[in-house]
Amino acid sequence: MQANQTKIIIVENLVKKFGSFIANDNLTFDVAKGEIFGFLGANGAGKTTAMKILCGLSHPSSGRVTVAGYDIYSQTEKIKRSIGYMSQKFSLYEDLTVYENFRFYGGIYGLSRSMILDQTQRLLSRLGMSDYKDRVIKTLPLGWKQKLAFSVAIIHKPAIVFLDEPTGGVDPVTRRQFWDLIYENAHEGLTVFITTHYMDEAEYCNRLSIMVDGRIKALDTPSALKERFSCNSMQEVFIRLARN
Amino acid sequence: MKAFIKKEIYHIFRDYRSMLILFGMPVVQVLIFGFAITNEIKDAKVTILDQSGDVLSNRFVSKLTASGYFKADRALDHPSQIEPAFREGRVKQVIVIPSGFGADLGLHKQVTIQILGDASDPNTANMLKNYTMAVLNAFQMQEMGMQALPVDVRVEPIMYYNPELKGVYMFVPGTMAIILMLVSAMMTSISIAREKELGTMEVLLVSPLRPWQIIVGKVIPYVALSFVNALLILSLGWFVFGVPIIGHKGFLMLEVLLFIIMSLSLGIFISTVSPTQQVAMLLSMFALMLPTILLSGFIFPIENMPVFLQWISNLMPSKWFIIIVRDVMLKGSGIAYLWKETLIIFGMTIFFIGLSIANFKLRLE
Amino acid sequence: MRTIGYIIQKEFIQIFRDRFMPKIIFLVPLLQLLILSYTATFEIKQTRIVILDNDHSVESRKLISLFQGSRFFSCSLDVEGMEVAERLINTRKVHQVLVIPHGFERTMINREPVTIQLITDAVDGSAGALRSAYAQSIVQRYSLDINTRVTGLDIKPPLVATWSFWYNPELHYTTFMVPGILVLLVTIIGLFLTGINLVREKEMGTIEQINVTPIRKIQFIAGKLIPFWIIGLIELTFGLILAHFFFDVPILGNPAIIYLVAAIYLVLIMGIGLIISTVSDTQQQSMFISWFFLVLFILMSGLFTPAESMPAWAQIFNRINPIAYFIQVIRLVMLKGSGLADVSHQVISLSIYAVASIVIAVRRYRKTS
Repeated sequence: MQANQTKIIIVENLVKKFGSFIANDNLTFDVAKGEIFGFLGANGAGKTTAMKILCGLSHPSSGRVTVAGYDIYSQTEKIKRSIGYMSQKFSLYEDLTVYENFRFYGGIYGLSRSMILDQTQRLLSRLGMSDYKDRVIKTLPLGWKQKLAFSVAIIHKPAIVFLDEPTGGVDPVTRRQFWDLIYENAHEGLTVFITTHYMDEAEYCNRLSIMVDGRIKALDTPSALKERFSCNSMQEVFIRLARN
Repeated sequence: MKAFIKKEIYHIFRDYRSMLILFGMPVVQVLIFGFAITNEIKDAKVTILDQSGDVLSNRFVSKLTASGYFKADRALDHPSQIEPAFREGRVKQVIVIPSGFGADLGLHKQVTIQILGDASDPNTANMLKNYTMAVLNAFQMQEMGMQALPVDVRVEPIMYYNPELKGVYMFVPGTMAIILMLVSAMMTSISIAREKELGTMEVLLVSPLRPWQIIVGKVIPYVALSFVNALLILSLGWFVFGVPIIGHKGFLMLEVLLFIIMSLSLGIFISTVSPTQQVAMLLSMFALMLPTILLSGFIFPIENMPVFLQWISNLMPSKWFIIIVRDVMLKGSGIAYLWKETLIIFGMTIFFIGLSIANFKLRLE
Repeated sequence: MRTIGYIIQKEFIQIFRDRFMPKIIFLVPLLQLLILSYTATFEIKQTRIVILDNDHSVESRKLISLFQGSRFFSCSLDVEGMEVAERLINTRKVHQVLVIPHGFERTMINREPVTIQLITDAVDGSAGALRSAYAQSIVQRYSLDINTRVTGLDIKPPLVATWSFWYNPELHYTTFMVPGILVLLVTIIGLFLTGINLVREKEMGTIEQINVTPIRKIQFIAGKLIPFWIIGLIELTFGLILAHFFFDVPILGNPAIIYLVAAIYLVLIMGIGLIISTVSDTQQQSMFISWFFLVLFILMSGLFTPAESMPAWAQIFNRINPIAYFIQVIRLVMLKGSGLADVSHQVISLSIYAVASIVIAVRRYRKTS
């Protein structure tokens, strides 16, 4: 399905070293426009490191990377206009209200005042949280904060959004709701790049790359992976790959 | 419990920058106090308007400059130059020698010298005036050969405890108080507030450790650090500046330990009232640092202050600590003389621990 | 510009929404200015002296009455013996002991030299020296007096001095200290608020969210600094009002010069705060480093003790000490009415340092690691 679509992220031989430790060992993959692309791996497998490089938060040691058509070495700032990012510590200001967070992030992306208002209204009504516009973040439940953080990450209508383990610490129902949100946006053409260590989330991705010790051990659609390793669930696939 | 203390020690020591400052700070501070900070005056810029310019006035001028208190700035020629010299801030005092200085003195007439001080710094102005008067008196004795007086009354001045009048004798105890306050009170309050803010405190609270064990575990590394710092300051004072420790060293160590525990309980108390690190930090900064420097008798003698400030100073634990340390080190006093001060610090410790426990219980309910 | 505005707006909301911060920023420093300005004086108002009169003669009483007549001394005459006196000095009850020897009067009548012992508590060296000098000058007066009586001549020194104190004729210590402490409070606010602000974003993780945006480093740093710059200047205004109307500190010069220098100075101080926060990972660490430099700068600055008396290396150090410059300027302008030309040297130095600190802060702050 991705063959006839444009590739929005291209990674060739990406290496990231911290001293003698190799966090990312020769990664090569690409992501198509509108795709939900998953990075599955245990803690410390190098998922977050790779994502931070793609977002321009960290320099690669070597390799060729383009994101949204821009080179990661020379056009970092242009990349930043086309991407959104939601980190593990979903970065809302706890002491600001919902609207103040939207306004602040919209403001630093250079959106106009009316644009910020429109986007806030649209994103909040999609979440069904329009009535909570003036609530201070720290008074909200975790699942809500995660959905809000996602909305803040896409307030400037980026082409790609990077989600770094976005659903840590919430129950499967809340997680499912979060994924509904992802699907809705992906349907509108947003490319989603997500890291996770939840197997149910892995199933939701269009394509999945399984990372073990800084390397990509397998990359395909979830069903193809299950078929290839003749397993019933992603869990088994993952365990089989991680063992070797 | 042991593992927990280990974790805390590891946390503190891994951070080499803080380590550098924790141990560098007392060293640098004692050295600065010993070498640079002095409330006596050396080489103050003084300029002379000599309207006489005779042999005797020249001798008087060279006597002034030879005293070591003053460094003569370029001389002035006219009274109108005095004001600009002051306003530029280069000159602290102007001495005006009247015309006919030598001639009048030769005729046994009384001659009046004018001393003009820049009193925007009143401390310095007053001291410089006193120095000039001293030089003037010496000059008079020596040059004029003031006729020998028939009755000779002499004073034998004896300086107790600090015969060489070294400033560093004052500063070693004060520096100790400041550093111990910083390390113990400030650092613990911030480190506990940090755990609260980042939510890791809750994780610790649900662990099988009892709350008091958590607190003790958190503060033990700081006790050790503070103690090492105290030793460092004392040995610097001893080896570099020759500040004696006449009293019982074990007693001094016990007093230091008591003050550290007091500071820690103060730090814990601050952390129980602060919701964030930022607040803990600014609270300890404003509530501890400046008052510890200014209201403890560290630099400025308390008895010179207005009465209501003398009252407030009684609430400063560091005031009592500085008294204890000075008396033990310089006078060799023991508990017989210092039981009152010791009791006050002990009482403060109990007070802060009590308040912290009360606050903590309130939160849990 | 609009981008910077959004950051400023956010910082202000965060400060004023906090229950404690506005109080700590505005109330506490002014309270401190009110209280602490009175503490900083070396002036010794009184000396408690024990006079042990072992002679009980007319002359010894004459000497004692000179001490009693001086407002500087408060005398205790009923102390029994040296041992008790020593104990009093040891427990800080008295500062001095004057011992008039047995046979004081008779020795003088015989025209033999007589020696009076003067014991001074010199734990505080400079206060001790001053007290000793005062007591000696009284004995000197006694000596002139008795010699006048004995010889019948009016013995007076040929050389005398008059003095006058400019700018502060009555030697009000608060006039001197208030401007200095004001500088200190503005510094603490500027340095610590910026020093911990950026680190706080690091600790909370919000900094990453900002780093993935296309915001320019200079925009971000400007947005972070301007709120504290404004707060610093407001603080200064409150402080100046208090200084002028409560402490009666004159403002002889043009207040605009104070604001100009304060504006530059705050940029410099906040730049240092930012540099510290770029090298720190936690607020505790940042606080620690700031504290170190602050204490160093304060003590060397001449705020409490005259900087002119420090050794040469300390004077050289003070050339890079921003607090020293600002204290000089504020005192010169307020107390002496110095103009811009008089303080141009300080203004130029501060400006250079301010630019340098911002350049370093911007370069040290990295969006990408």
